[in-house]
Amino acid sequence: MSKNLVGNHIRKLRFNHNEMTQQQLADKVGVTRQTIVALEKGNYSPSLELAFRISHAFGLPLEEVFFYGDESN
Amino acid sequence: MTYQEKKSITTLISAVLIFASYCLYMYVQYPEEGLELEESFRYWGSFVLVLTLVSIVAHIIISIIFNIIFRITTGEKEPTFADELDKLIELRAHRNSFFLFILGFLLAMGSLVTDQPLSVMFVILIVSGFLSDVTGSITKLYHYRRGV
Repeated sequence: MSKNLVGNHIRKLRFNHNEMTQQQLADKVGVTRQTIVALEKGNYSPSLELAFRISHAFGLPLEEVFFYGDESN
Repeated sequence: MTYQEKKSITTLISAVLIFASYCLYMYVQYPEEGLELEESFRYWGSFVLVLTLVSIVAHIIISIIFNIIFRITTGEKEPTFADELDKLIELRAHRNSFFLFILGFLLAMGSLVTDQPLSVMFVILIVSGFLSDVTGSITKLYHYRRGV
């Protein structure tokens, strides 16, 4: 299966937020840990609602958590 | 390996084991000289009904045992809800499952058109039901491992 075009900085942001665990983030945004794992691996593009919930959990705007395509472009 | 992946594998293995053991049990009971038309309907009707009941009960028991073993071995609790990823994977599993069953159903109807014995039609229907169940589990396992 090809990787999704929507990338994210969730792993880095978790680390910068007092080394938040995947389970803690999952509980905050109302999904299972498996979904956070899939997001971090780039195996799943979240719904817009979940993307906003994750951004709010980090207190950042959407575009600072998620990006489309190769971020270097 | 995550809870969902382990659960998919367990479901897959239990589906194969339940189906194989039930078929073996019923195969022994099938008379060698064959069945009259009316008896044949009753035999296949009870085959499907009992298989459905046995599968449901066995899956519930296996699911409970699986959750107990999962809690003991990992020290974690199983997820109590299905989030958007779970629902998406569930939908894809159902789509593939239904597609396979419809193929089997059409094949079974084809067997009637080509004057095959009644038992062939029932066997095709039952096997396609089993294969659609297996396909659902494999689809879930695939998407939990490789993503959506």
